[in-house]
Amino acid sequence: MADLELPLRQGFAPDAGPAQGPGPLPDEIPITLTINGERRALHVRPWTTLLDLLREDLSLYGTKKGCDHGQCGACTVLLDGERINSCLALAVMKDGCEVTTIEGLAGPDGTLHPMQEAFIEHDAFQCGYCTPGQICSAVALVKEGHATSRAEIREHMSGNLCRCGAYTNIVDAIEDVLAKEAAK
Amino acid sequence: MYETHVGSPRSRVDGKLKVTGAARYAAEYTAPDLAQGYVVNSAIAKGRITSIDISAAMAVPGVIQVFTHQNRPRTAWRSKAYQDEVAPPGTPFRPLYDEKILYSGQPIALVVAEDFEIARYAASLVRVTYEAEGHQTDLEKVRMQAYKPPKTRSGMAPAPDRGDAEAGFGASPVRVSADYRIAIEHHNPMEPHAATVVWDGDGKITVYDKIQGVQNTQSYITHVFGLSQDDVHVLSPFVGGAFGSGLRPQYQLFLAVMAALELKRSVRVTLTRDQMFTFTYRPDGLQEMSIGANPDGMLQAIRHDVVSNTSTFEDYQEMIVGWSSMMYHCENVSTTYKLAQIDTYTPGDMRAPGAPTGMFALESAMDELSYKLGMDPLQLRLRNYAEIDEATGKPFSSKELRAAYQLGAERFGWSKRSPEPRSMKEGRELVGWGMASGMWEAQMQKTSARAVLTIDGKLEVGTATADIGTGTYTILTQIAADALGLPMEKVTAKVGDSKLPFSPVEGGSWAAASAGTAVTLACNTVRETLFGYARGMEGSPLANAEIGRVAFRDGRIELVSDPTRFVTIQDAMVAGKVHRIEAEETGSPSRINQARYSGFTHSAIFAEVRVDEELGRVRVTRVVDAVAAGKILNPKTARSQILGGVVFGIGMALHEESMMDHHLGRFMNHNIAEYHIPANADVEGIEVIFVEEHEDKLNPIGVKGLGEIGIVGTAAAIANAVYHATGKRIRHLPITVDRLLKVRDAA
Amino acid sequence: MNRFSYARPGSVEDALREVSSNPAAKFIAGGTNLVDLMKYNVERPTHLVDVTRLPGLKEIGEAGEGGLRIGALVSNTAAAYDERVKERYPLLSSAILAGASAQLRNSATMGGNLLQRTRCYYFYDDATPCNKRAPGSGCPAKEGVNRIHAILGTSEHCIATHPSDMAVALAALEAVVKVAGPNGERSIPLADFHRLPGNMPEKDTNLHGDEIILAIELPEPRFAKNYTYLKLRDRLSYAFALVSVAAAMEMDGDKVVEARIALGGVAHKPWRLPEAEELLRGKVPERALFEAVAERILDGAKGYGHNDFKIDLARRAVIRALSQAAAGTPQSQVDKRIQ
Repeated sequence: MADLELPLRQGFAPDAGPAQGPGPLPDEIPITLTINGERRALHVRPWTTLLDLLREDLSLYGTKKGCDHGQCGACTVLLDGERINSCLALAVMKDGCEVTTIEGLAGPDGTLHPMQEAFIEHDAFQCGYCTPGQICSAVALVKEGHATSRAEIREHMSGNLCRCGAYTNIVDAIEDVLAKEAAK
Repeated sequence: MYETHVGSPRSRVDGKLKVTGAARYAAEYTAPDLAQGYVVNSAIAKGRITSIDISAAMAVPGVIQVFTHQNRPRTAWRSKAYQDEVAPPGTPFRPLYDEKILYSGQPIALVVAEDFEIARYAASLVRVTYEAEGHQTDLEKVRMQAYKPPKTRSGMAPAPDRGDAEAGFGASPVRVSADYRIAIEHHNPMEPHAATVVWDGDGKITVYDKIQGVQNTQSYITHVFGLSQDDVHVLSPFVGGAFGSGLRPQYQLFLAVMAALELKRSVRVTLTRDQMFTFTYRPDGLQEMSIGANPDGMLQAIRHDVVSNTSTFEDYQEMIVGWSSMMYHCENVSTTYKLAQIDTYTPGDMRAPGAPTGMFALESAMDELSYKLGMDPLQLRLRNYAEIDEATGKPFSSKELRAAYQLGAERFGWSKRSPEPRSMKEGRELVGWGMASGMWEAQMQKTSARAVLTIDGKLEVGTATADIGTGTYTILTQIAADALGLPMEKVTAKVGDSKLPFSPVEGGSWAAASAGTAVTLACNTVRETLFGYARGMEGSPLANAEIGRVAFRDGRIELVSDPTRFVTIQDAMVAGKVHRIEAEETGSPSRINQARYSGFTHSAIFAEVRVDEELGRVRVTRVVDAVAAGKILNPKTARSQILGGVVFGIGMALHEESMMDHHLGRFMNHNIAEYHIPANADVEGIEVIFVEEHEDKLNPIGVKGLGEIGIVGTAAAIANAVYHATGKRIRHLPITVDRLLKVRDAA
Repeated sequence: MNRFSYARPGSVEDALREVSSNPAAKFIAGGTNLVDLMKYNVERPTHLVDVTRLPGLKEIGEAGEGGLRIGALVSNTAAAYDERVKERYPLLSSAILAGASAQLRNSATMGGNLLQRTRCYYFYDDATPCNKRAPGSGCPAKEGVNRIHAILGTSEHCIATHPSDMAVALAALEAVVKVAGPNGERSIPLADFHRLPGNMPEKDTNLHGDEIILAIELPEPRFAKNYTYLKLRDRLSYAFALVSVAAAMEMDGDKVVEARIALGGVAHKPWRLPEAEELLRGKVPERALFEAVAERILDGAKGYGHNDFKIDLARRAVIRALSQAAAGTPQSQVDKRIQ
């Protein structure tokens, strides 16, 4: 019933790029990361992303994998204080860096970070899956100081997609924290 | 006055878990020796696998097994075993069943390895050759082969035609007749589908699945893999969004369970974002809509004919045309709904399945009619207000849509609208105001719940439904806390565990009504038991009281007329010589009321767009959604549900489109950089209004559900606003710059 | 993703050596596109050379005639918010901020941004043919889903576009890319840096495989007043350009001394047509003139079906961008109203 004739064809995947057969796995490389204030000596293969290291090796599942390609922001963490997509960062390249994840935002006594409080107060999430990334991103946004108006917050938070559509509440939460910071 | 939790804004009880990263989703459970699976998908749309060479993949150190159709373990051979709780009629897709390729992206192999990176690498080494057959993925090309589904999907009774739509349309002095279409959309919840299967030994497994109903997953596994219920424990305490994608068990579950049982080892399979485009989606539909009216605006005829796509193996059905026979008063209505098959996976329920699709056509056509009549679009709706459900002849259980129109219009400032298209401008931008109505069925499903009160004053309630972000944990906590007069901190709600009392899948906006009712009933039984103990206490201050005359407040049972006479929960339990009171109850919808009444949620949506006409850029700057949905259990989380629905509607109106290459039979923009969902910058102001609506027919707690209604009509309101701004009618969503420029150029 | 080894050399010389000895080796800096493509099996290096710690490439410093030299490893964020860049080359700052997200801009480097690969769906999907990814396999985009594809400078082998915003501004500013290779350093004018697909679409740029980008040099600043970066896309942020225009003018009174116009999203490289820019020289800017310029630029543009609209859209975008630049009202990347 198709009106298109397709040549018999192979899947293209195996034929693209230089063929590389199986072989020994890449060597593990020793690195040091300070994660949420704790210095950790680790061994990683070069193909392990910071995101997979956090989740799979360190069980820090708070950092989420939404797309694994820098398209959604769910994996946002603070690297030396700056927000990045941890899915596109090879862990081995971050040797010596400081990483703050969602698990590291609350105080040692469990006191929530003001941004975490504001997210709860403004119901700035539903399913919660994008939330750790949103919060890390929002914490960085406040520190960056480039966004104060709602339009600026929207633009600077656009790297964090939320399929539940909590955007207006997210902006409310951030505005709230910014106002409290300004009042300090 | 004593403030109840129900009806008051309350922060999410799972909020702290979610903002600290402590909430665990399906791919975040682990086990000793957990192996990781990575799926290989078909490159062609139809044909068969002629060879599949796994030797290179198998040779990678750390690879445990590569499963294909050639070496997969035996599973149930009857396709019926694969039919889950919400499967449409047909033969469900069976992963790795044989060499046949039914759609592009079909899973054809699972690589299981010691870790994720090894599995991913080895998957790239699987060599597949195919023999392709001609495929067809273009609905327009198979339109002529459309058929009426021989078997109707359960719960999908087609509305009978009434009057003579043909004659009515022919006799109508004012007519609109047009074709409408919405692009295929993929759900794309932020959490990719995943299943972690923990091998508990001795043939038993614990499964963490991304699913909207753990018991659906459980029964699917038992049927497909021949296990007993006791062998399969399924959990989904947190679900990172689903919007319908998690109603049916998806292939990650089958593959993970298959591998775990075969390897006798824990296995996790997580889909990539690209693979999120290799199963269900909102279908394509070719809609023909005709409306006829008298010059005074009274509708004389509605015709709505739809050809929607399904797969070659199942007849997926959703209600697209039914709304056209219920939304307005009209004596002559005819609808048809047909399916045509294309070579893709079976489409499925996606947020308000069918409703925003059908209502886009109906509400666009109504808008078009309003301009032909020279009548305000809101007036036209009021003129044709349906006082009863004319499709069935039943009265509505409640319907405050009039109030929704009025309050929404007031808040929006609708009366300041200048009626002429292109008449409102600010700066360079044309401003457009459009509106539409929304409608969704208020359903309740038979559901059971358990309540356990312990002597420390703590209450636990549970049912096997899911909280996909809708706030189910929170509203069940509120309901239970009120029932026994406890602070919310003393109440724990449990969902997403197959060991909990029966619940259907969470969907269709029925979870609050169904789970809420079941929890209410279970708590009421606990109340009665407790009250019995309190009254029977020696020298009880409530000795002669009736249960209707007492209130449960602040951990005590007190006489309403004299709150100084009370018994604490603890004292009552001591008197009853119990440490815990447990009750399980089942709530079912009232058959009598179901037979007598028609239950629907309604909404009125008003949207403002600003259009840079020269550059074809549309911005949605304001949406007011006034919703009549019965009792609002938690205005805070309820508002969020509507906000989310509206954002979905903005996506449908302006952004979302899965683009199929018909030569390859493959969705090509299969990632979320190129499949656009609204970003933060796309969403400016949304106001939600909950209209007072007394509902007492559909369920004992008076709720109608909110998961779907926010999206219904939203895209139509935006498209209508675009017309008002520009004079250009876009009948094919999304309204992207190319579609907008094209219409202008044609004009 | 395939398996690969990893090296982190300490000097440019060592880095070059790592790559010259292995044709399947690649440099990695921000990784925002390379790691992305490796996960899709589109890029399959067997050896990654981490250049992020090479000394001397992270600075922004003065170049001759008031120009700036921006090190290849300067992050997009650092460049966009640098006071000197903002003051002298606000067009560049604006274009960078129009692209990607705050997170990606923090990781992405100036050098890496230039080397971004196309967003063509087929290039990204290794289950389909693509001449850029698998030379000789064909280009299904021509008859396929091509609404994001090129309308200018295409070839029968490839209709992909270059996705960078930054590079469009750099093209308008006539930046120069400083590179080092086994035979020493050389300069590549931005106009010559990216290629048209021709019959070698697998080659995006004229940078050799064994060369490394050291810096981007910006000439004497002349367009800090009359400029704009106008980006049109499918949503209001965090999306690649369907069409973008970097426009800049140097004015003398009410007359244009020199104009620069570069387009993004329409070709395999940032698209400039100096003869169209010449139409503005010495003239008083006005709409009729802008229309003529736009006509000239789009003369010969070719659509492939879904992307036909881009011809019209690009024409309109050029006109609007020129009027923004002439009026000195650059497009805000925050306020979504288009000036």
